[in-house]
Amino acid sequence: MTASTAAAPIAPATPPEQPDRPPARKRKLTGYWLLLPGMLWLAVFFVIPFYSLVATSLYDRTGSVLQGYDMAWQFSNYWHTLDDYWRPLVRSLWYGGLATLICLALGYVLAYAIAFKSGRWKNLMLVLVIAPFFTSFLVRTLSWKLLLRDDGFIVNALQFVHLLGSDGRLLATPVAVIAGLVYNFLPFMVLPLFASIDKIDHRLIEAASDLYSRPIVGFFKVTWPLSLPGVVSGTLLTFIPAVGDYINAELLGSPKQRMIGNVIQSLFTDANDYPAAGALSMMLMLLILAMVLFYVRRAGTEELL
Amino acid sequence: MSQVAEAPEKSGDVGAYEGLRIRSLTKEFASFTAVKSLDLDVPSGSFFALLGPSGCGKTTTLRMVAGLETPTSGSIELSGKDITWDKPYRRPVNTVFQNYALFPHLDIYENVAFGLRRRKSKEVDRSVREMLQLVELESQTRKRPPQLSGGQQQRVALARALINSPEVLLLDEPLGALDLKLRRSMQIEIKRIQTEVGLTFVHVTHDQEEAMTMADTIAVMNQGVIEQMGAPAELYDNPETTFVANFLGQSNLIEVEIRGPEGDFVVVDMQGTLASIPTQRTHVQPTVGEKAWVGIRPEKVLIAEVGASIDAPGNSIPGGVVSDVSFIGVSTQYLVRMPWGQEIQVFEQNTGRRRLFRQGEQVDISWHPEYAFLLDHHQDASAGVDKVDAPS
Ligand SMILES: Nc1ncnc2c1ncn2[C@@H]1O[C@H](COP(=O)(O)OP(=O)(O)OP(=O)(O)O)[C@@H](O)[C@H]1O
Ligand SMILES: [Mg+2]
Repeated sequence: MTASTAAAPIAPATPPEQPDRPPARKRKLTGYWLLLPGMLWLAVFFVIPFYSLVATSLYDRTGSVLQGYDMAWQFSNYWHTLDDYWRPLVRSLWYGGLATLICLALGYVLAYAIAFKSGRWKNLMLVLVIAPFFTSFLVRTLSWKLLLRDDGFIVNALQFVHLLGSDGRLLATPVAVIAGLVYNFLPFMVLPLFASIDKIDHRLIEAASDLYSRPIVGFFKVTWPLSLPGVVSGTLLTFIPAVGDYINAELLGSPKQRMIGNVIQSLFTDANDYPAAGALSMMLMLLILAMVLFYVRRAGTEELL
Repeated sequence: MSQVAEAPEKSGDVGAYEGLRIRSLTKEFASFTAVKSLDLDVPSGSFFALLGPSGCGKTTTLRMVAGLETPTSGSIELSGKDITWDKPYRRPVNTVFQNYALFPHLDIYENVAFGLRRRKSKEVDRSVREMLQLVELESQTRKRPPQLSGGQQQRVALARALINSPEVLLLDEPLGALDLKLRRSMQIEIKRIQTEVGLTFVHVTHDQEEAMTMADTIAVMNQGVIEQMGAPAELYDNPETTFVANFLGQSNLIEVEIRGPEGDFVVVDMQGTLASIPTQRTHVQPTVGEKAWVGIRPEKVLIAEVGASIDAPGNSIPGGVVSDVSFIGVSTQYLVRMPWGQEIQVFEQNTGRRRLFRQGEQVDISWHPEYAFLLDHHQDASAGVDKVDAPS
């Protein structure tokens, strides 16, 4: 011990070889061993189903579940289903996008308030944000159906202030579907936003105000840019599931509000048209992937993420 | 207890005071008073240091001047204009924060340009380049703050505040995070920049050496109040409280009994030896029979062999025994145990003309009366003593 400390100043660049250190190659392998469980999981539950989905989307549509399908490399499945179902696809993007924007507006204010203004109530407020998860998604959406029903107090109140006509309703309208989406996905927006905003050093905001920024200017020049990682992950976590959602449209909407998720679901379960359902799923996935890539690059936050 | 630094009393001038004027400023956090009725005058163009131990209210005072903290009571005036309740973004005051608080999402150039852009200045580019040149960072403009070294970040923080030419620049321990060597060179750098731009700097620090090397005027702060204010040499030579005597350098404080005034001096009985202290260095009522502290700086104490001719009549004490010797090189530090048990510190320059004393040797000590000062006995003799720092 004393010998090594005495030797240290003379040759600091070459520390003495430690005998009990494992050889470099073995240490490298440790990382792969740690990856193994996750890789297996992904292989079984992602790669194989994904392969089967791609295959299904290219089957011959004239087959049926009972008689089996032939692999026909039928790329025309894509054009035909797109031709048939482009309306619900566009509608899904539109509903999902609008719900995401509303979630961002509501969620940002909420996350900001929790992070900066809630003081010792911070943890309680966070628990309240995720409290809805304690009941099932389906039950919560069903309860919205009750709330928005034609003779419910919300509809009555809106009729009373003449925001709705005397025979106007909320159920089976885009408003109900989007409201449901906003309600169900708000926590996915709030949590990443909170994580980002909570990390912001308050002294930076003080520095901005010391440097002649009114509070609103300070917000847009300091708080907002520093919260961008949360904005990006929050919008992605909201937009992606919202576009593919079908429960809200199913329970709160009508056939006129059918989203792409409803179409895929009925193609699978009612029409038993697996190739069409597969092709639509693939298209939805590729579309979202393209939009996300574009969005993340535009937001210019790769280094912040 | 508060004084006013070289208050420019122009006769009949009731007009605006040029500079920063703080009157009975108080800040209470719940039941805790961080700043107690503080009065301060900072002449414009001066380098002013606010010196005090950790937790004495320096940052709180600065934050109130910057507008980041609302005072409980009192007023803050800048060039005659009351700014006590102005919003921070409306004050011609900028801050170099204790932790720099640089914007991590902006590069160095944009950090420095931040204030000018908010004020819609037309000459952003030219000013930023000049400022970056002043702090010698022209080559780093497109880096982000985390990519810079501590000293470079510190200079960016300085540039970002300075570029706005504030009427007062507040520096909150800007050098605290730097190592000793870098700190010394930044002290010189900041002092140079202040002289160059001629703005008012208020520099907060708990490092007495830093305050003394940089400032024109020092205010020594303790537990929310200003203990004494003045030029560094003035504070060092003639401290008015035991806290200042101990916090700014070191002092020997000896318990004495006052015998009464005598001409320009106050005569005291110092453990059996009579000593005299000039009246203007007496910071206690010379009531006969009262106790007081006589203070003398270690380097002002002379040490001599027993019976050697005494150089300083009136303040000479026999009967010391050298109890510790440390040879530092440029000087030698002695501890001399006096007959009444106290150990007196003595620093002697190694001029080579006198021999070293050895441990256990009998010595006399003395000092010139004009170097001693007399302090209130009610004050704690160990107030402000730095227990961690070895004498350097
Ligand atoms: N927001 C606050 N709430 C309650 N007490 C506070 C607050 N800010 C400061 N204090 C207290 O006020 C006192 C002075 O704090 P301040 O930050 O001004 O000290 P300081 O002199 O700058 O110390 P340092 O040299 O360590 O920076 C401290 O005792 C501190 O605990
Ligand atoms: Mg401080």
